[in-house]
Amino acid sequence: MEFEACGGNSSFYLIPGRFSAIMRPRKTIQPMIKIENLVKNFGAKRAVDGISFSVERGEVVGFLGPNGSGKSTTMRMITGYYPPTAGKVSVGGYDVAESPLEAKRLIGYLPENAAAYPEMTVRGFLAFAAELRGLSGDAKRKALARAVERCFLASVLHQSIDTLSKGYRHRTCLAQALIHDPEVLVLDEPTEGLDPNQKHEVRNLIRELGRSKAVVFSTHILEEVDAACTRAIIIDRGRIVAQGTPDELGRPLDEVFRRITIPDTGLAVPDAVKA
Amino acid sequence: MKQIWAIAKRELGSYFTSPVAYVFLVIFLLLTGFFTFTAGQFFERGEASLGAFFAWHPWLYLVLVPAVGMRLWAEERRSGTLELLMTMPITPWQAIAGKFLASWIFLAVALALTFPVAVTANLLGSPDNGMIFTGYLGSFLLAGAYLAVTCMTSAMTRNQVVAFILSVVACLFLILAGFNPVTDLMVRWASPAFIDTVAAFSVVTHFDGFQKGVIDTRDLFFFLSVIGFALFATSVILRNR
Repeated sequence: MEFEACGGNSSFYLIPGRFSAIMRPRKTIQPMIKIENLVKNFGAKRAVDGISFSVERGEVVGFLGPNGSGKSTTMRMITGYYPPTAGKVSVGGYDVAESPLEAKRLIGYLPENAAAYPEMTVRGFLAFAAELRGLSGDAKRKALARAVERCFLASVLHQSIDTLSKGYRHRTCLAQALIHDPEVLVLDEPTEGLDPNQKHEVRNLIRELGRSKAVVFSTHILEEVDAACTRAIIIDRGRIVAQGTPDELGRPLDEVFRRITIPDTGLAVPDAVKA
Repeated sequence: MKQIWAIAKRELGSYFTSPVAYVFLVIFLLLTGFFTFTAGQFFERGEASLGAFFAWHPWLYLVLVPAVGMRLWAEERRSGTLELLMTMPITPWQAIAGKFLASWIFLAVALALTFPVAVTANLLGSPDNGMIFTGYLGSFLLAGAYLAVTCMTSAMTRNQVVAFILSVVACLFLILAGFNPVTDLMVRWASPAFIDTVAAFSVVTHFDGFQKGVIDTRDLFFFLSVIGFALFATSVILRNR
């Protein structure tokens, strides 16, 4: 038995060293996102160190971890931006490395910091995203209208993106991710930089979208796990250290989080630094 | 194809929504005017041709084309939109082609706006309009070659200034390899065959034919292969980002 205990409390969820079969719903259909032993090195530094998990349709998975723990890197490998050093990602049954176009068609992606072309209008930007997704004519018009309505962008439609507030810019980029009504959503810190009302709206939106899609979103705000997730995965220094429903992880969540992740300024100094 | 056009359209749009396009067009037209009529002594030559006009293009483009192309990838890298573009269901080739075509179309527009020079020559005499046409074709290909090189240097960095300087240096090499003062220097110590080989890499050598009214397939092939190679290098650089 190679089990790795996460914390000493018996309410903690145990994960096997290789792959967890305990928490996964017993379904025979293929998971929408399937990650196996994913590794990413940047030079000598290992950013992601053997992560495996899968996400089914109808799940909202919260990806938690301290800054620099490998959340964004993992998401960039799911969306095909970074090629993995080792391991495999498949989306909707398509291997991202082997059939990138088919996999990317299924994904809607909100990158970190909600990058967008500043000189474009909101409408122009969303139309551009729709065209790259192969939408045209009536389908494009409908997709635009739906995304604008979902992300409450009607009032800024003809404004250029560099004149928008951070909240609107974020929602514009989120609308871009939703434009083709994707089956898989990968959202990198979707609530970062939003005010409390906007955060609330975005969480509700994520929860709603999660009923019919497979959603992965990263955050370091713990209350979001309760508010929007069906399952949470906590990673630290490139490894999964705990996963389960918010209830299974134990409460209060922030205490759990602090106990199982090693803070940057903590007492646990890595050997490399001591030497 | 639709995706290539979507990217090209966006790129062209961003030229014209920022002052870049207008500043470039005005400076390009002012400089071509100055070089043709003042420095090139268009009137004093007493011949009805655009020789004075085209002869300056390799030098004029040396600074102006990198200025147009330097933002193509560097800006995407800096603002993080590269991530957005590369996670869309498009191949890197579609993105490269779309961006390159947009800037090339923009340069074609700038070149087309120099039509008063051709009109002037036609009003004052009877130039060989076939030669003017091949001159424009050569100039367009020359701009394309510089642009492809700029595309490549732009993909290397997130800093537009670095991209600009690298591509000016690379394009300068493409000129100097066949520039007469340089080849004359080499005559002293190199064999003629060696000089010809080096000069064969120069845009000046291949642009000459077009100015004389000749469309040589070798010259065409040269420009198209420089473009092809530089864009291929761009795709390799982007893959290894």
